[in-house]
Amino acid sequence: MAPSEEDGSMEEKETKKKPLSPFATAWLTFYNITMTAGLLISVPRWLVLAVAMIRFSYQKRTHKGLYRSIQKTLKFFQTFALLEIIHCAVVRTSVLVTGVQVMSRIFMVWFVIHSIRPIQNEESVVLFLVTWTVTEITRYSFYTFNLLNHLPYFIKWARYNFFIILYPIGVVGELLTIYGALPFVKKSGMYSLRLPNKFNVSFDYYTCLIIVMIAYIPLFPQLYFHMLRQRRKVLHGEVIKEKED
Amino acid sequence: WRPRPLSSRGCRSSLGGLLLQARERERVREADMKHYEVEILDARTKQKLTFLDKVEPNATIGEIKVMFHKNHTRWYPARQSIRLDPKGKSLRDEEILQNLPVGTTATLYFKDLGAQIGWVTVFLTEYAGPLLIYLLFYFRLPFIYGPKHAFTSSPHSVVHLACICHSFHYIKRLLETLFVHRFSHGTMPFRNIFKNCTYYWGFAAWLAYHINHPLYTPPAYGDKQVKIALAIFLFCQLGNFSIHVALRNLRPPGSKARRIPFPTKNPFTWLFLLVSCPNYTYEVGSWIGFTIMTQCLPVALFTLVGFVQMAIWANGKHRSYLKDFRDYPPLRTPIIPFLL
Repeated sequence: MAPSEEDGSMEEKETKKKPLSPFATAWLTFYNITMTAGLLISVPRWLVLAVAMIRFSYQKRTHKGLYRSIQKTLKFFQTFALLEIIHCAVVRTSVLVTGVQVMSRIFMVWFVIHSIRPIQNEESVVLFLVTWTVTEITRYSFYTFNLLNHLPYFIKWARYNFFIILYPIGVVGELLTIYGALPFVKKSGMYSLRLPNKFNVSFDYYTCLIIVMIAYIPLFPQLYFHMLRQRRKVLHGEVIKEKED
Repeated sequence: WRPRPLSSRGCRSSLGGLLLQARERERVREADMKHYEVEILDARTKQKLTFLDKVEPNATIGEIKVMFHKNHTRWYPARQSIRLDPKGKSLRDEEILQNLPVGTTATLYFKDLGAQIGWVTVFLTEYAGPLLIYLLFYFRLPFIYGPKHAFTSSPHSVVHLACICHSFHYIKRLLETLFVHRFSHGTMPFRNIFKNCTYYWGFAAWLAYHINHPLYTPPAYGDKQVKIALAIFLFCQLGNFSIHVALRNLRPPGSKARRIPFPTKNPFTWLFLLVSCPNYTYEVGSWIGFTIMTQCLPVALFTLVGFVQMAIWANGKHRSYLKDFRDYPPLRTPIIPFLL
């Protein structure tokens, strides 16, 4: 699913100016800069392909190369995001929530797109890759500037408004991709364990994917409304401050 | 020998002493009549929600909650958290107003705990599910294993035994919920019912699917394995029940008093010597028995997850025992003797 939702608590910690050890600050700065840089690299590639896509009228072949060209960078940065869990331990925000977020991203990258080759050229893949990229750039820029105590308002604005459209679009892209992958999974019987066996266990990857899709129904609204509440707190809180001035 | 002061007992018999007594009695009566004023603010917004005047000094928090509910009908007492400090701990219902560190105009803070549901309701729902779901798989309803195996019966005796054990376990739990357990809190947050039911019902379906599957493989060591596993299972079921009864007897009806549990005449309760929460120990034991009996990995996983959760609960309980009781037996560990 879309970006991390531990932001809220991290925000509070940062606005309260909780004193971090020099090691923690150094780590955070390094981490956020690297992540921002990595994503900024993938953006120009996407822009080039997006332009190519737009120039020629929509044909399947035009975005065929997209995933393959950015896959290495994408895999690297999404797996690198495992470090985000350690990052949470350093700033002491919710490890469980971020862990779930990171795991769901890794699931999409490795267990869906990477493993199920036929769907790599689907439009739905482009859909969520785009939203992930844009959201991650805003998010990491936000963290980086915040850490350096020099946050331009428009970045804060972007970070708390873009998600309103990006989250649903990203989710649609992810769900369509998983749904598109189902026939291939069923046919190949991949990642599945069948009965009979000595320990009476079975695993059906096809059913697992369906359960994952169903899990979006309770989980996504919680995430979305959490972000909306954060938005109201951060942006609305400023309006109150202005009035007081 | 020292002369006694005038205010001592010897004085009471005199007229001056009688006057003194009368004046004291009047003062005491005045104190009784001194009513408290209670204002209740929202813990988050500090907005004044209710002002209660003429509150008896010996009113309990529970009674104040009822009065608060009259003014705000959507916040029934079970979902009110009343505290002295906006970020403080919730006051217990039994606390008496005049014993609290407040003046005669008391300011209390309210936090909404959200919709609540009764523990009994939750327990009954979460246990009835696995009982019925397992039977759907045992009888092989057509939509589960396909029409070819619909309503067929397994040739393996262990499958029938497993059904009996599983059903017995959940019937026991349902009966205990109705007749044995005494709950400290009446309610829990409403959302818990979805979380809990997903866990219990989901796992029940997953393990029942495998045990009752037409391609089920019986245990590798055959009857010997099943017999030993059954013995473990029954032993632990009896143990678990004994502990529940012992815990019930620890607390007289209607009381919320906390006491240290000790071994009774029942040998199963002797585990209290080594462990704070032997009910959890026996519960894990039962499921280990069931795992060995069925030799089924989903059951093993259910046992493992259950163990982790119960270990966490046991640890919390153990800590709160240590906090509340200075003379808590030092030999006891939370759930596994000597280890955990």
